[in-house]
Order: sequence, then structure tokens, then C-alpha cells
Amino acid sequence: MGIRRGHRAHPGEWLAEKFIFLVSLTAILMVFLIFAFVTREALPLITGEVSSAAVQPVIPVADMDKIPAEKLRIYLELTPSQFATMDHDTKKLLMETKVEGAQDAPDNKDAKINTIEWRYLLFPYQWSGYDKPVYIWQPVSEIKKYNIIPIVIGSIKTTLIALFFAVPLALGAAIYVSQLASPKLKEYIKPAIEMLSGIPSVVAGFFALIFMATVLQKVFGYESRLNAFVAGIALGFAIIPVVFSIAEDALTSVPRNFTQAALALGASRWQAAWQVVLPAALPGVFAAIVLGFGRAIGETMIVLMASGNASIMSGNIFDSARTITATIAAELAEAVFGGDHYRILFLIGALLFLVTFLTNMAGELVMNRLKGKLEGKK
Amino acid sequence: MNSVNTIDFRTKKFRAGSFFFTGLTGLATILILAILATILTDVVYNGWGTLSWHFVSTIPKKDFFDSKTTGVLPMIIGTASRVFVMTLFVLPIGVITAIYLTEYAPNTSVITRIIRAAVNNLAGVPSIVFGLFGLGFFVNFVGKNLDVLFHHPTAVWGQPAIIWASLTLAVMTMPVVIVATEEALKAVPQGLREASLALGGTKLQTIIKIVLPQALPGILTGGILAVSRAAGEVAPILFTGVAYYMASLPQHLTDQFMDLGYHVFVLSTQSPNIQQTEPILYATVLVLLILTFALNLVAIFIRSNMRRKMRSLH
Amino acid sequence: MAEITLPKISPTELRPLAAGAGAPLIEITDLSLYYGASKALKNISLSLGEKVVTAFIGPSGCGKSTLLRCLNRMNDLIDNVRIEGAVTIGGHDINGANVDVIELRKRVGMVFQKSNPFPKSIYENVAYGLRLHGVKDKSEMDGVVEQSLRGAALWDEVKDRLHSSALGLSGGQQQRLCIARAIAIRPEIILMDEPASALDPIATTRIEELILELKKEFTIVIVTHNMQQAARISDYTAFFYIGELIEFDTTTRIFTNPSKRQTEDYVTGRFG
Repeated sequence: MGIRRGHRAHPGEWLAEKFIFLVSLTAILMVFLIFAFVTREALPLITGEVSSAAVQPVIPVADMDKIPAEKLRIYLELTPSQFATMDHDTKKLLMETKVEGAQDAPDNKDAKINTIEWRYLLFPYQWSGYDKPVYIWQPVSEIKKYNIIPIVIGSIKTTLIALFFAVPLALGAAIYVSQLASPKLKEYIKPAIEMLSGIPSVVAGFFALIFMATVLQKVFGYESRLNAFVAGIALGFAIIPVVFSIAEDALTSVPRNFTQAALALGASRWQAAWQVVLPAALPGVFAAIVLGFGRAIGETMIVLMASGNASIMSGNIFDSARTITATIAAELAEAVFGGDHYRILFLIGALLFLVTFLTNMAGELVMNRLKGKLEGKK
Repeated sequence: MNSVNTIDFRTKKFRAGSFFFTGLTGLATILILAILATILTDVVYNGWGTLSWHFVSTIPKKDFFDSKTTGVLPMIIGTASRVFVMTLFVLPIGVITAIYLTEYAPNTSVITRIIRAAVNNLAGVPSIVFGLFGLGFFVNFVGKNLDVLFHHPTAVWGQPAIIWASLTLAVMTMPVVIVATEEALKAVPQGLREASLALGGTKLQTIIKIVLPQALPGILTGGILAVSRAAGEVAPILFTGVAYYMASLPQHLTDQFMDLGYHVFVLSTQSPNIQQTEPILYATVLVLLILTFALNLVAIFIRSNMRRKMRSLH
Repeated sequence: MAEITLPKISPTELRPLAAGAGAPLIEITDLSLYYGASKALKNISLSLGEKVVTAFIGPSGCGKSTLLRCLNRMNDLIDNVRIEGAVTIGGHDINGANVDVIELRKRVGMVFQKSNPFPKSIYENVAYGLRLHGVKDKSEMDGVVEQSLRGAALWDEVKDRLHSSALGLSGGQQQRLCIARAIAIRPEIILMDEPASALDPIATTRIEELILELKKEFTIVIVTHNMQQAARISDYTAFFYIGELIEFDTTTRIFTNPSKRQTEDYVTGRFG
């Protein structure tokens, strides 16, 4: 496609071409910037510049003017605008309270622990008051606990429920629409299913919260009204169109003459679809599921509204769950700008970006290979 | 060798497996359509009664949970303006990228493949990560540095605002515009380009005067889809500009704004009395759905028209 | 122009027909086919004999492939197709309301223009039809697969790699595999839609030899662009032009002494 001959003789053309090329690099730049700036905010955490210990080393009031303003602001736990408008004396006063506060520091053996070290983020720890090592995400408490395992589990749990619900439906519909339905019927069904993707996720979340949670609770009779199950099903609504359209695309791209060959041998339409077309399109179906996974694990509003948001470690699908995305959405506004909580939320955001980046790449790769293979052998 | 088969084909056989599985896939299709229908019916049925001219034209007081005095005018205006500003950025960039990819880029070159990979990746980045990016890059980096540049004593640019929310959404919807525009450009018959070139037109003239006008409906579709996608998104604007409540309408690009989608979230999760809030909640959802679906329908219509035209040309 | 160079053909007399061959098996009566409003086949009546090769020839768009697809109802797959008239096979109307198309297609096999082996192993390609027939016994399956591949003159070339992908075969081999796949279920009739049009001359020769061999057991209807091919392999030839059957006769007569001017013009290469 396109015209390949150059027109270097016209300087205007040349300039325009260069300009068009430069603009087209925006997408690359943006992916790079997303990665750079999400990790940038999390970076001080990784390099160990921030400490989340409840008892911070106290900075003597006398040193107030010697340390950088930004460091002072974080030390005093102020927002930038508060810090900017506050006069020197008030800050000094705050520093004094800090020093006094350090004297009657909590009598807690965990108070000196820097809870954002990797081992506290990933492994269970027996906090004082607990009778065994536990995984806890509890950023707002005397001892801030940032173990990410409960919210990772929450994300995986809701995502798996969504996949178990959405994939069979979406694949079934993709097979039906691409192989079994008459072209006329297809013309109506396909846009209708694609309309489902036009429903904003906040509306799906609202529907799960107001309507579905009550209905499902009546049907299944579980205890907490909002839970991983409700969120997973609603999440399923969001990924059905994703899985459907990719799988349908993969199934349709299997050359029609495979189907014809099977039918000419006396296969029913269903046998042709199931025994010939589906195996040929299997990598595409796999890609559809992978991309559906990526979409589900990154979805925010639905889980924020319907999952109940309790960060508990539980394998029960009818328990409330808190996901990575919902954690970021719910907590970032309250986290002190530049503080450890703030940075850890960016860290899990970067983690999320990485996971979806990889699933996307994998999905794309599989899909491209499949199409290349099928088109090459047509 | 055994003799040829002369199967009697006169009577239809019942094939249980075929019947069962065809039914099963059909059922899956019906179930998906039923989900869609249930959501739409629920929202329309419960929201229609509360929807009124007063509702869409009123600026609510601080207590917007009161169903008698509340309205969604600032939310409509907020959503519309963030989406409008977004369009100003995403359309040119998206269209130009698509032009490069279809008209200029050598198909096999590494850079083309990287651009395509980047576009596909952008489409898959979680919306909340866009929110973090918007905060980390636009607000905290670009905005803060603008304040330093203009010597603002207090934060003017370096705080959440319409402009930053719009830019964040522009990055997010770029793939939508690019993919739709590419499809539209590819649908323009190669013969038209060749005819223009044969008449002595330059490549750029050909693209601007011949290709783009032909592809315009497709490009519009892309724009509309991007708008409809962005209009309903909440996660990317959470930290980049949305406000829980504002007494007046936003006046400036650096103002914060109220938003329909976010308002749905607030009404459903922060209400002191959900029973009382429900009618206005449903009405707000209905407004949001009407907005996004109307746009979607227009896009689907233009697109199917375009595809029909394309088929007849080939 | 008066000079008509006859194609080098072997007259039907030199190719004795099998016992019982030539008895009508397929009867096409006043068949018309419409794509939407346009009439693609116009009132065709034709009787095709058992265990002979009948060739359909004619310029592109004359409806020969469409007619072929009427014989195993592959046209059902296309929207907006309407058929009038009757096709009977063995005396039974194949378009009847209660006809089981799937069973029909087991009786009327088909080989397509473009070879279309499934993206499975060579063995699985041939075995597929047998599985559809409910064959489960492994040794029976092995036997029939071998028989069919031998029947398609492919066995010696692939016997050592039965379980490698069919897509790795050459174009000619792929087409013979498709023929093996078709004959594995032993259909009474085999329809061939320009089976050699995408192949080189050597591969084409092998397919032609194969068709002459298959004639001993199967009734073959072949669509071809290639008049020499029709002359070489068929016993009867039907010439079509824009949806109409112009002439139907023994191949010898069609190529040596056609009764219609159009036929003569076409077989002598004056148009088409």
C-alpha cells in the first residue's frame, strides 16, 4: 500500500516527509515515557533513598537550612503547596515537634523497620502482635505494611474468574459468528457484541455494584455482597469483546478452502469448525486469551467498585479482594506526595505496566505469526 | 478394494453432537447479547424517569446527592471539554502516524515494526497506568517545569488540570485513531494514487488532495471511536485533573473539572444513602451511556458504509 | 481460418470403458441457478454416465464450476443462491427438502482448484474423512490410508513421512494428497474443479494419469480450462458458454466434429 517513489527533487516534499516521520515516532516516545516516568517516581524506593520506618532518624532543628528543600518537605510530610506557602518559622516549629515526637516514639519493636525493603514487600513477616508470619498490605497504620502479595493475589483471583467466565462465552460466540452463523445474521451479531466494548468500565462497575451484586448474592447466598466473584464476572463483561474480536479475527483468517475441503468430505459445519478451523486458528485463540488476561489485570474501575477492596489473603472467590489497580486508584490521592506510600504505588504500577507489556508483546507475536503462516500457505 | 459407497442421502439424519455444540455456541452468543441487553435495559428503565432538562442543565450545590436539586451540567461540560481538548492533540498525531505507516513506511523496516509494536502496546497499557503516567510526566514533570519557567510562585501548571487529563487521554486513544485511519487509507484504491501521480502530482499533493478526502469518513470514525472511548474512561483522569466537586464551571485549561464517569463512581460509592441516590445515579449513567453509545453508533454506521463502498470498489 | 489444427487426442474407442460404464448416474434436468437476480446457469439438462470421465469446458465465467458445485451442493455455502430444476443422483433428487447434504457429500467427493490439505499431518489428512465415517480401528485406518495414497500414486513418495505436515509437500503432491483424501471415503462420484490448473506440466501429467486410473472405479466430473487436458482424459465433454450448455457429446466428436459453431470456435482457440 502507498506510493513508494521518492520525490527528493522537491525540498517541501522532503521536509514534509521528514516531519511526518518524526510525528510517527510519537507512539514509540510515549511507550518509552510511560515506562520512564512511572519508574522514575518509584526509583528512590529501589535505590533505597526512602525509608518507611515509623521512627525516622531525627534531623536536628539546627540542620534545617542545610538539607535540600525537597528532602525537608518529605521529612515534614507536607504537600508541595503546603510547603511552598508555609513560612520558615512554622516549619521550624514542625521540626521541633518532630524531635519531641521522637522521644515518645511508639514502643513497638517494628518501629525501626524500613518496611519497603524487598523482603517485607514479598515475604511474610511476623509483625509484633501477630502469632505467625503474615502477608499484609496495610499502608495506613502506625507500622506501614506494604506486602504486595495480597493485592497480587487479589488481581490474579479476579482476573482468573473473569477469564473462566468470559473465555468460554467469547470463544463460543466467536466460533458461532465466524463459522456457523449465516452471513446475514453475522452482520447484526458482530456489531452488537462489539457494542459491549463501548460500555465504559465505570458503568460496568456501577452495574455490578448496584444490580448484579444483589442478584448474585441471592443466587449463591454468600456472605459479603461485594467480592472477587462479582468483580470477576463484571470484569468478564469488559474482556468478552476483547477475546471475541481477536478470536473471531483469527478464526476468520483461516482460509475458507479448509472449511470447504472438510465439508466436501462430508463433515458437518460444526465438525469443520471444530476439527479443522479451530486447530488451525489455535495460536490466535491463545493470543486472544493472553490479551484478555492483560486487559483484565489492568482494568481498574470495575474491580474498584465491585470487589469490596479488602486486602485479605484468601483463596475463596466469595471473599472480598483488593487488586493492584484498585489499590493505586484508591490510595494514591491520599498518599503523601513523594512519600514511601506514594512511591510504592508507582512501583506496583510499573509492575503492572511490565506485565501487560509482556502479555501484549506475546499476544501480538503469536497473532502475527499465525497470520503470516496462514496467508503464506493460502 | 471395497466398492464405492452409495450412501442413501434422502433422509436427514439427526446428529446429536453437531446439534448440541452448534446450540452451545449459539447459546454463548445469545448470553453475551443478553448481558448487553440487561445492562442497557436496567439503565434505561431506571434512569429514564429522572432524566429531565432540569437534570442536565443544572449546576448542583455541594450536596449533589440530593435528588431534587442536583444536576449534571458541570460534569457534561467537564467531560466534553477534556474530550475536545484531547481530540485536538490525538487527531493530528494519530492521522499523521497512520499516513506515515501506510503511505511512506517501508513495510519491512525495523523502525516501522517498532512503531507498530509501540502502537499495539499503547493499546494494551492499563488505564490506571496512564493515570500514573499523566501524574508523573504531565503534572509533575512538564507542569512543574512550566511553572519554574514562567516563575509562578504557586502551582499553576504543576497541578492536575483539564489540559493534563486531556493529554493523558490523547496518549491513551492514539492507537484507536491510528488503526482506524490506517484502515481508511488502505481502503483508498491504489489506482487513484497512481492516477494523481501520473498527472504530475507530487506524493504529498496526492495524499492531501486525493487520498485524505477519500479516507475522511474512516478518519472521522477513528476520531469518534477515540472520543467515545475516552468519554467513559475514569482511571486515567483520577490523578490528572478530575475534581470531586467544583462550585463553578472550569474556565481555563489549568482548571480542574467535574466528570460524568467519575461522578458515577462518586455517586455509587460515596453516597450517604444509596437508596435516595439511586435515581440520580441511574440518570447520570444514562447520560453517560447515551453520550458514548450515540458516538459509537455513528462510528459503526460510517464504518459499515465505508466497508460496503470499499467492497464495491474492489 | 479454415485450417483447423486438431488437438492430439486419443479417441474414446482406444480407451475402453469399464463394464457397465456409461449408464446414466447423474441427471440434470432444466437446471437454472441465480445469484440474487442474475441468472448464472440457464436451463441446463445433461445426463452424466457412470464410471466415465466427463469434462466441463468453456471460457471463464461460463458457469462450469458453478454447475459442478451444484452436484454436491457446495453452492449452499453462498448466500443469495437460488436453484430451479432438478439434479438427481442414482435417481434421487439431491435438492429435496429432506436431503441430508452431509451424506450426499460423502457420496459425491470433491477436489478443488487450489490444493487445500488441512494443516495437519499427511496421515491425518487422509484419515480425516474416515474418522467422519466413524472408522476407529487403527489397523483398518492404516490400511485405508495406505490404499488411498497408493490410489493417488503418492504412497511411495510419502510413506516415510506420513506424520509430517502436509503443508511441506510440493504443489503437485498436495493435490494428489487431496485426491487421496477424497477417495479414502470411496465416494461414488468425484468432482474435480480444475485440479491441475495451478500445477507444472509434469505434475499435471501425473494427475491426468491418475484420473484415467480412477475412472475404473469412480465416476469423475472434471472442470478444466485446458482443452488438451479435456481431450486427453475425458470420455464425454460438455461445452458451456455464458451459463448455457452449448453442446454435449463424446469427447471425440466435440473435438473433431462439433455440431455448433461456438464449440468449434472455442476448441480451435478462436476465443476463450
